[in-house]
Amino acid sequence: MSYLKRFLSFSASILILVVVWQAVVTFGQQPEFLMPSPGRVAIALWELFTDGWLFGHVWVSFVRFIIGYIAACALAMFLGVIFGWFSTLWRIVEPIVLLLKPISPIAWLPFIMLWFGIGDAPAIFTIAMASFFPMLLATVLAINSVSTSYMNVAANFGLTRFQILYKIVLPASFPKLVQGLHSALTAAWIFLVAGELMGTSEGLGFLINDARQNLRSDLIMAGIVLIGTIGYVFDRFLTLVEKYVSKKWGGG
Amino acid sequence: MYIQIENLTKVFYEANKKPFVVLSDINLTIKKSEFICIIGPSGCGKTALLNILGGFVPPTNGRVLIDGEEVKKPSSRYVSIFQDYKLLPWRTVRKNIELGLENKKLSRAQINEIVDAQIHAVGLSGFENYMPATISGGMKQRVSIARALAVEPDILFMDEPFGALDSVTKETMQLNLKQLLSSKPGGTTVIFITHDVDEAVFLADRILVMSAKPGKINNIIEVDLPQPTMKYTRSFNAVRDNVIKEMAAVSHK
Ligand SMILES: Nc1ncnc2c1ncn2[C@@H]1O[C@H](COP(=O)(O)OP(=O)(O)O)[C@@H](O)[C@H]1O
Ligand SMILES: [Mg+2]
Repeated sequence: MSYLKRFLSFSASILILVVVWQAVVTFGQQPEFLMPSPGRVAIALWELFTDGWLFGHVWVSFVRFIIGYIAACALAMFLGVIFGWFSTLWRIVEPIVLLLKPISPIAWLPFIMLWFGIGDAPAIFTIAMASFFPMLLATVLAINSVSTSYMNVAANFGLTRFQILYKIVLPASFPKLVQGLHSALTAAWIFLVAGELMGTSEGLGFLINDARQNLRSDLIMAGIVLIGTIGYVFDRFLTLVEKYVSKKWGGG
Repeated sequence: MYIQIENLTKVFYEANKKPFVVLSDINLTIKKSEFICIIGPSGCGKTALLNILGGFVPPTNGRVLIDGEEVKKPSSRYVSIFQDYKLLPWRTVRKNIELGLENKKLSRAQINEIVDAQIHAVGLSGFENYMPATISGGMKQRVSIARALAVEPDILFMDEPFGALDSVTKETMQLNLKQLLSSKPGGTTVIFITHDVDEAVFLADRILVMSAKPGKINNIIEVDLPQPTMKYTRSFNAVRDNVIKEMAAVSHK
């Protein structure tokens, strides 16, 4: 697809979204407070931008997200390589992981606030928890699914177990690790706001919660639009990285 | 004898747990520096046999001895080369060839010297820093041959190595392989699977014709052509006709 075609279809898709949204507002006959129109939200975004608030909130949320995400992914990859490599250990750990995985990070929030107080910690922790399990499972799977033909080559040339790990298994699983990073990001982004709703005075979550208390539904929606947009940009970016990596790594 | 295959049987279990005899009671001895070609219908167990010889897969019954020692696991004394090359896609040509040398007690300079010589020998000069994904199939196979020869193995197991190459590249590779092998002091023993009769007659000292269900060695044909071998001479064609006759007999069984 050419860039022009891609741009046109993207614009059409946004246009449809805005038109449907406006139609709901126009024909819904609801008070403005319950359903702000796209125009109102655009004005609210502009207001945020000119006040200088926009960048501040986005930046604070972004930093919290990155810290939680990177810390969790680093730990998950480290543990995932160990669990993936020592299969007996994984057999013992796997049930624990599968037991903890379905618990929403939000369920832990009361404890987190008790342990770490309010402020940045709950936000970072929520993100970290949401990233950790997808990344851990992706890493274990990546390590375990290294093609036997690579393992045979390694065995044929007399590599030691440790050499097999860092010369064959880690590079061979790299594309899958990037995929894992991508899906962990998508999973964690959903929880961006959750940890910021209470006890913070900055960030997109605070913006939304503060707007709720001030009955500013246009600002709530502006926050939602921002989260969606940034999440979209992240996602597209990692899709590109993933494509690049699998192209670069493929075809041996 | 250098390689001894004794009462070798391999049974695979299919998805429905039914046993399937892939190789049935194979016995064979191979001399040092001999070039053996294996030819036979697809599914007759050629790859299975080679994987057992290479130590990748254990036999169900019987055993393989190399230089008097039972094969239990792979070793860099006998290296396998495959149709799909099995290069490491994240390493350059040069780094792929280096793989088997990295855990030997060699200095950087010694490694470079060996790798340079191999790159030159297989005609890849100028492509050292290319990634596998960016070179042709013939070049990939050269890399995999260079990677194998770099560790100076006593035996090469080759599973249809030129099967995916176009006919011109294939001719060149056959000649190149002969040269590479003749230049090694002490000689290299080769077991080479192919389904190309001309290739088998051109390369082999002996050709094993296998039959399927269960996989067996049906016939062994001594090639014994005047050296250097030329394709399509009268004596070449006589051996070739003989192989084709044996193969036809096998496929009509
Ligand atoms: N791991 C396996 N499990 C079950 N059956 C196998 C396995 N590997 C090969 N086979 C079967 O063994 C037979 C011989 O395979 P193979 O040695 O690859 O044949 P060839 O190389 O002569 O074409 C085939 O029928 C194949 O389906
Ligand atoms: Mg085969």
